[in-house]
Amino acid sequence: MRIVVLTKPVPDPAAAAEKLTSDGRLDRAASPAVINGNDEYVLEAALKLVEAHGGEVTLVSMAPPNAVETMRKGLAMGAHRGVLITDPALVGSDQASTIAVLVAALKELEYDLVLAGFDTSDGVGGVVGAAVATKLKLPYLSSAARIEPDPGKGTVRVRRISATGFDVLEAPIPALIVGTQLLGEPRYPSLKGIMAARSKEIATRSVADLGLDAHAVGGGASRTKVTGQRKPPAREATKVVRGTPEEGASAIVELLAARRLI
Amino acid sequence: MAGEAGAVWVVAETNADGSLAKSSSEVATLARALADEAGTTAAGIVVAADPAPAAKELASYVPRVLTVGEPKADGNAWAQVAAQRAAAILAPESPTVVLTGAGPDGRDVAGTLAALLDRPVLVNATAVAWEHGPSVEMSVFGGKLVTTSAFADGEWGIVTVRPNVVTAEPAGSTGKIESVKPGGELELPVVKVVERIEAAAAALPIEEARIIVAGGRGVGGEDGFKLVQEIADQLGGAVGATRAAVDSGWIPYAQQIGQTGKIVKPQLYLALGISGAIQHKVGMQTAGTIIGVNRDPDAPIAEFADLVVVGDLFEVGKALLEALRARS
Repeated sequence: MRIVVLTKPVPDPAAAAEKLTSDGRLDRAASPAVINGNDEYVLEAALKLVEAHGGEVTLVSMAPPNAVETMRKGLAMGAHRGVLITDPALVGSDQASTIAVLVAALKELEYDLVLAGFDTSDGVGGVVGAAVATKLKLPYLSSAARIEPDPGKGTVRVRRISATGFDVLEAPIPALIVGTQLLGEPRYPSLKGIMAARSKEIATRSVADLGLDAHAVGGGASRTKVTGQRKPPAREATKVVRGTPEEGASAIVELLAARRLI
Repeated sequence: MAGEAGAVWVVAETNADGSLAKSSSEVATLARALADEAGTTAAGIVVAADPAPAAKELASYVPRVLTVGEPKADGNAWAQVAAQRAAAILAPESPTVVLTGAGPDGRDVAGTLAALLDRPVLVNATAVAWEHGPSVEMSVFGGKLVTTSAFADGEWGIVTVRPNVVTAEPAGSTGKIESVKPGGELELPVVKVVERIEAAAAALPIEEARIIVAGGRGVGGEDGFKLVQEIADQLGGAVGATRAAVDSGWIPYAQQIGQTGKIVKPQLYLALGISGAIQHKVGMQTAGTIIGVNRDPDAPIAEFADLVVVGDLFEVGKALLEALRARS
């Protein structure tokens, strides 16, 4: 089973240092980068699938050159190789550029499944997976809580979170699956994994390598623009109440009543 | 088809029973307001095996509704089927903008439409105003910053709208419903639904709740969540949770708030035994009023809550329940 996992290095949410540049782009130098949280869940699912069925996991990222470091962590978790699409022309890419680049990168690879996380913690759009599947005319299975391929039959089943529980979806392989936290806790890299990751291959590809026109992607080609940024109104100072449970409860009730919430 | 050039379009979602999704009634209300500002009209699209019930509801929000009775919308993954039929309607139009919800189905529709129609997307709108074009407000970096974005000159695009940021308000008059025949074969692979599994679900989805009472690790277990539920019931709200509580199996993932759960914006967020770590904070810090009950007065939640009651969440929770019951 050959699995491609789309991973995005994102500003570490725990560092809470995200900011925009003056022209409204994410300032990627301002924050330490980590693998996007939702991508780690699908990577974990991919690793379990190749442990059960054999095969290999390839990470694909479109990111600045230093993303090699973040990808190395995915390799330490157990992924077999990485492909990093990196190019100065890609700075300021909107979703359309990202979609075009990922589609071009996937066309060069052979796979049974492509996995992506539900959304990214920086963009929180969650639309790239559906668009990539559409462009490649791959069956698209989203909001996955469980992934069960049947290589013999050439199909995959996905338990998709629905408003009322789960829908079990079935599609032929190859397919693109967008997964959630319910796929299970990602593993920590072992020391052996970290050592092994050092010698694993991360191939870098430029826009030209992928056969794309550098003017058709990146900030210059962006069809969306950030027109303004402001801080949300500051919250008022926190009132802290210490006392008996009854005093605490009545402080809550008073605030609720004052704000017409009860 | 009559040209509706320049309309603000909504691609609606339906509930399992065929009625209009609450988020779509909100998006339709926003579409109407935006169309008014832009000096154009709003129009909706419903794609379902039986679109009639949702279309009738949608027509109370927008003056024109197109329906596509698509048998394949039932028994298959809905979003891509719907997006293909919607794309066929939208392709010959020059929409002002196309709006969808920002929930799982709305995102799938938006992503598919973006690829089929080669259009840009702006995501997770918390408001959309008109300034020579749609001006889309978003809350980014977990609520730390509010940005406004627009499509490049001369472009139209797709905007996904967060639930619970608009109050659904029907228009004074009822819109016209027109049925459109599904044209041609579906080009994208159809993904079958082979089984539907009903899970015990919260009565009220947390994205739609006006009031959320949430529990964290401090709640200690499923039994502890009974108190959280009782307080939520008393306030007419929904129960939310941190990832720690979900990972412990005390409460379903559908109720998780935070970085890899849901992002919510209720009028009241009552956090019981929640420290307010960044991964949780990003899912709820834009709530109207935030109240925390926590043993630790130095927990991060004390930096952004309106009120923090220092104490045992069970003792304070029970006293609160009694006080609320005494008022009702």
